[in-house]
Amino acid sequence: MSYLHQFAFQIYPYIALAVFFIGSWARFDYAMYSWRTGSSQLLSGRGMRLGSNLFHIGILAILGGHLVGLLTPHSVYSALITAPQKQLLAMWLGGLAGAMCFVGIVILLARRMFDPRVRASGSVGDLLVLLLLFAQLVLGMVSIPVSATHLDGGVMILLSEWAQHIATFRAGAADFMVSVHWVYKAHVLLGMTLFLIAPFTRLVHVWSIPLSYLWRPYQVVRKRPATLDYGRRSRA
Amino acid sequence: MKVRAQIAMVLNLDKCIGCHTCSITCKNVWTSREGVEYAWFNNVETKPGIGYPKEWENQDKWNGGWVRTRAGKLVPRAGGRWRLLSKIFANPDLPQIDDYYEPFDFDYGHLHTAPDVAHQPTARPRSLVSGERMQKIEWGPNWEEILGTEFAKRSVDRNFDAIQKEIYGAFEKTFMMYLPRLCEHCLNPACVSACPSGAIYKREEDGIVLIDQDKCRGWRMCVSACPYKKIYYNWKSGKSEKCIFCYPRIEMGEPTVCSETCVGRIRYLGVMLYDADRIEAAASVPAEKDLYEAHLDLFLDPFDPQVIEAARKEGIPDSWLEAAKASPVYKLAIDWRLALPLHPEYRTLPMVWYVPPLSPIQSAAERGRVGMNGELPDVASLRIPVRYLANMLTAGDEAPVVRALERMMAMRAWRRARNVDGIEDHAVLQQAGLTVAQAEDMYRYLAIANYEDRFVIPSGHREYANDAYGERGGCGFTFGNGCSGDSPADLFTTRRTTGYVVPR
Repeated sequence: MSYLHQFAFQIYPYIALAVFFIGSWARFDYAMYSWRTGSSQLLSGRGMRLGSNLFHIGILAILGGHLVGLLTPHSVYSALITAPQKQLLAMWLGGLAGAMCFVGIVILLARRMFDPRVRASGSVGDLLVLLLLFAQLVLGMVSIPVSATHLDGGVMILLSEWAQHIATFRAGAADFMVSVHWVYKAHVLLGMTLFLIAPFTRLVHVWSIPLSYLWRPYQVVRKRPATLDYGRRSRA
Repeated sequence: MKVRAQIAMVLNLDKCIGCHTCSITCKNVWTSREGVEYAWFNNVETKPGIGYPKEWENQDKWNGGWVRTRAGKLVPRAGGRWRLLSKIFANPDLPQIDDYYEPFDFDYGHLHTAPDVAHQPTARPRSLVSGERMQKIEWGPNWEEILGTEFAKRSVDRNFDAIQKEIYGAFEKTFMMYLPRLCEHCLNPACVSACPSGAIYKREEDGIVLIDQDKCRGWRMCVSACPYKKIYYNWKSGKSEKCIFCYPRIEMGEPTVCSETCVGRIRYLGVMLYDADRIEAAASVPAEKDLYEAHLDLFLDPFDPQVIEAARKEGIPDSWLEAAKASPVYKLAIDWRLALPLHPEYRTLPMVWYVPPLSPIQSAAERGRVGMNGELPDVASLRIPVRYLANMLTAGDEAPVVRALERMMAMRAWRRARNVDGIEDHAVLQQAGLTVAQAEDMYRYLAIANYEDRFVIPSGHREYANDAYGERGGCGFTFGNGCSGDSPADLFTTRRTTGYVVPR
């Protein structure tokens, strides 16, 4: 096992995740004004309703599926579902969400590249993020037919073992990635790269899913803040 | 009773000459930046017309404001919380930049650099968004100025509802008026209710509605939720922006830029005290025509000792209570009932009110005599249909508009009788329900309109917000890195500037 392999699947994930968490935190603290969705719907609404909805619903489903699927220990779900069944489920649900996301991202990508207003007003980062997500989605979709050649759930177990080793700070995570098909390796590497660049792009808005809107009162009234917050401290 | 104060505005449309000085000075101060070239915190529309952005008054199209459900509950017209969040990936009600206009500039440089050519060089327009050449300008911020564009297009104006509008297309019957518009700084703002991030808020001290630019995430739901379309999405910064009521000036006791620079002296600024506990009830009265009265009912009498006591309990400074007694807005809206809210049927309880404009008496030219209603000319013979004004200002109820117009005519007739004929015509005042003292005051405020009478703005009181105890051990000026020992620490020990959210 080469050093490069160790670096890619044992060290790089931690670099990427550290940059992701600390970078997001730093941007939130230091440059909150830059923290935004970066919507360009005002400039061109064409294709937004279909493209943006399909893309976002698809990608959120995929994100949730990866989190649950990779990080749930095998012992937790083994009573309910066998590994081959789970692999089949992941292929079908992931494929469906992936197809939705694919249609959406193609529309959004076309819009970003060919709509003069959107192209001129967007940044290089906006385009880069979309291209990388597109590449990642294609790799993920390509992995489905590859998975279909081994339906025993073994590779899936390997991948989730890798993820769980990384998430629990255990050595030897890279060992699980040695034997898997190159598509999975590329998919994991690009996925880590997406975490790495997220704090520097519009991707930070995934942190801001406004669920608190569901229970906040409709009206918000603010008082001018006191310069210093000593009042709260003295009460404590 | 929970007393709150707000700096409210009244615009006397009777004196607006449509010069756009307010819009231009506002733009120069606040929105001469990339991303908001198209945004006019203040704009002046010629009515009838579809306005800016196109057809902003048509809520069937934009889904702005509030609706009252059959059960009597108030919900945003665009839907409740779940429904609103379901639209977050693509807001189906969001206006497009072309509904405002595509911002453009001209290639002035070409006039200097053009080589020696047969034809005189021209400065052609170029889009400020895409940077591309624009062959033809299709729409602009004031395309319908002074009845520009054909009547068929302008008459889509929703204020023509329940009016036989065809006759007003005829040259002899045509009419127009100016409508300067800015953020209404509503008591029940729909934009605040629609913000998924909770970034928009109303200030407790002076009622100004602001967008926290740090907290705004650009979900753009406020743009469509505001029925007045006075929130603009900055396409460069990705944040929404709106009229800030020139709060840095207001805090210093100075009028807003639009008010200060108004050459017609049509704008008034003053303190209004209102009961914050009854806002929701007032905004959800069943009949739309009752909204104007319900809104009036929210305002508190600044001379009432009980109100003064309750206001002091809420921490409203005495200088504000004194200013409330001298408020020109209170006189125009409550004492004389001249000022009326803009589209109360949106149920947002707007706080920028309008005195309806008088217009030439039409039948005089036609029949050689003026239709009289007792001492006063019949308001039905005014060129601008009363119903049109009522659709705009009182949800279609003509009585308050007629009362306001008659009072203005009566004041003029009384002054004319005194100055031209040398007699005191009290009968005309009586018919309009005015006392001589009231008419004197109306004359002073409407006709003379001195600076000190138009703008009664108490300065903000920072000392109430900031107890100096917290400043001890501070090092004076900082760049926000909190050199004071008491600064609560975060990752980089910078200080948060978000305010304290007042609990319900």
